[in-house]
Amino acid sequence: MNQRPKLPGWPKLSDWNVLGLLPAHLIMLMTLIIPVGIIALVSFSTRGPYGGFDYVFTTAPYKQILFNEGWSGELEFNPQYLIVVARTVILSLATTIICLALSFPVAYFISLQKTSAKMLLIYLVTLPFWVSMIVRVYSWIIILGNDGVIAKALRALGINENMGSLLFTDTAMLIGLVYSYIPLMILPVFASIEKLDPALVEASHDLYGSRLTTLRRVILPLCRPGMAAGAILVFVPCLGAVLEPVLLGGGKTMMMGNLIQLQFGAARNWPLGAAISIVLMCAVMVFLLWRGVQAMRKEGREASA
Amino acid sequence: MTSNVRRYPGFGLFSLIFFVYLYLPIAVVVFYSFNANRIVSNWGGFSLHWYTTALSNAALVGAVKTSLFVATIATVLSTIVALMAALVLVRGRNVRFRRVSETVVNLPLLLPEIVVAVAVLILFSEVGLTNGLLKLTIAHTTFCIPFAFLPIRARLQGMDADLEEAARDLYASAWVAFRRVTLPLILPGVFAGAMLAFVISMDDFITSNLLNSGGATTLPVYIFSLIKQGVSPQLNAISTLIMIVSVVLATVAFLLQRRQ
Repeated sequence: MNQRPKLPGWPKLSDWNVLGLLPAHLIMLMTLIIPVGIIALVSFSTRGPYGGFDYVFTTAPYKQILFNEGWSGELEFNPQYLIVVARTVILSLATTIICLALSFPVAYFISLQKTSAKMLLIYLVTLPFWVSMIVRVYSWIIILGNDGVIAKALRALGINENMGSLLFTDTAMLIGLVYSYIPLMILPVFASIEKLDPALVEASHDLYGSRLTTLRRVILPLCRPGMAAGAILVFVPCLGAVLEPVLLGGGKTMMMGNLIQLQFGAARNWPLGAAISIVLMCAVMVFLLWRGVQAMRKEGREASA
Repeated sequence: MTSNVRRYPGFGLFSLIFFVYLYLPIAVVVFYSFNANRIVSNWGGFSLHWYTTALSNAALVGAVKTSLFVATIATVLSTIVALMAALVLVRGRNVRFRRVSETVVNLPLLLPEIVVAVAVLILFSEVGLTNGLLKLTIAHTTFCIPFAFLPIRARLQGMDADLEEAARDLYASAWVAFRRVTLPLILPGVFAGAMLAFVISMDDFITSNLLNSGGATTLPVYIFSLIKQGVSPQLNAISTLIMIVSVVLATVAFLLQRRQ
């Protein structure tokens, strides 16, 4: 009776599904999923005498994140790594918020243009993203450096004769992070503004909503999905940023990314590096899960409404 | 009047300032690359001297060759793998665990890159792989897959499945239907994905730097070593050359996507 006509679908054998996905899944399994498991193992291993590690169970690497071991083995609280974790989270949050604040007016302005101008402006927004990351971060060294563009300009204007270097500060890192990741915020925000029905904005005005009220009560809430998407795209890579802290933070004020890199490089403390990697990964996962749960709740609300 | 209420005063000026902020750093690098003076921030007249020294720098040329080699192989491999995965995930019938499968394909995007780098570093040290080029190629192929995958998937989703089915109704084999109907239609997406993968591979610093023990130095890692030695006009010239190549690639990719 109720038989659906059999369509000549492209992969007829269900095996094709498996075959097509096999290479991608195999690569991810071998190069990421299993190795992440090994990272977890290493984070509970003993540091080898010449770098590397031995599979001897210990929780020392995690303790090392919080404590210093004294001469007689007593644990002494040392916040040095905790400060790095806190700095990473705060700078990433600040970057995300600044990117949000900068993106909205620009994306909104672009969306009001004619199609050709819109295309050109979106092209201009994405263009720096194609330019090598290291070159873009490096350019800020020339600008913020000791004898850099900003210092020169201020001196020429006679405002500040002996300004110290702006480099190697948290501010420099923040500027670099915002600069690096802002295209990732503008694009999804722009996409959500484009979807916005202009009739809603006009309706709000017809009902005597002021510009500000319309912005706050109509436009911004409707753009929230784009902003949430952009926030993920900016926040997650910020947490793992390496170039910005190394080049603009000068290696002294570290973030988790270059702290991990240091442990696998010059410091030769693989278990500690692995432990910090696990902490970083957990932070990212918690954030993504939280966003996922929020999205699901919203879906649920919309479905029941 | 209808468009008036949608405009917000000040957004235009704000956007103008924003675009200046976006392009000023790039302009500064390009400007100082023509500086004849050895000290970057002291203008000593126009010169192309640093471009000639950059192009005759053997270490730089070597790094460019390494990067091109790795990026080319990683692009080809990741695009093929991503195309296969996208065909199954978008077109396949009765795909089990579709959501999880897609998450696995996009895994490199969900992990911070430094974690990906540490993962492959530990993997290669456990396996005992020492060939620098091989290590780089494997690692780059892995993290390029989602970048190749997403544009291809978008293109496939935007394409009408009826066309394939019509071809099949007319007795085209699955392979012929794919090669003569599906592939030509999704080709812009495949190109965009390949281009993105190529640029991501050429641009990668974090993973390449952490793996940089097998003697294979990529371009960003070499540039990093130059930056560590200090700001120099030659560095600006190299950066400018890279930017020119990037702009050309970006423009091609943009025009391709516009055709969609």
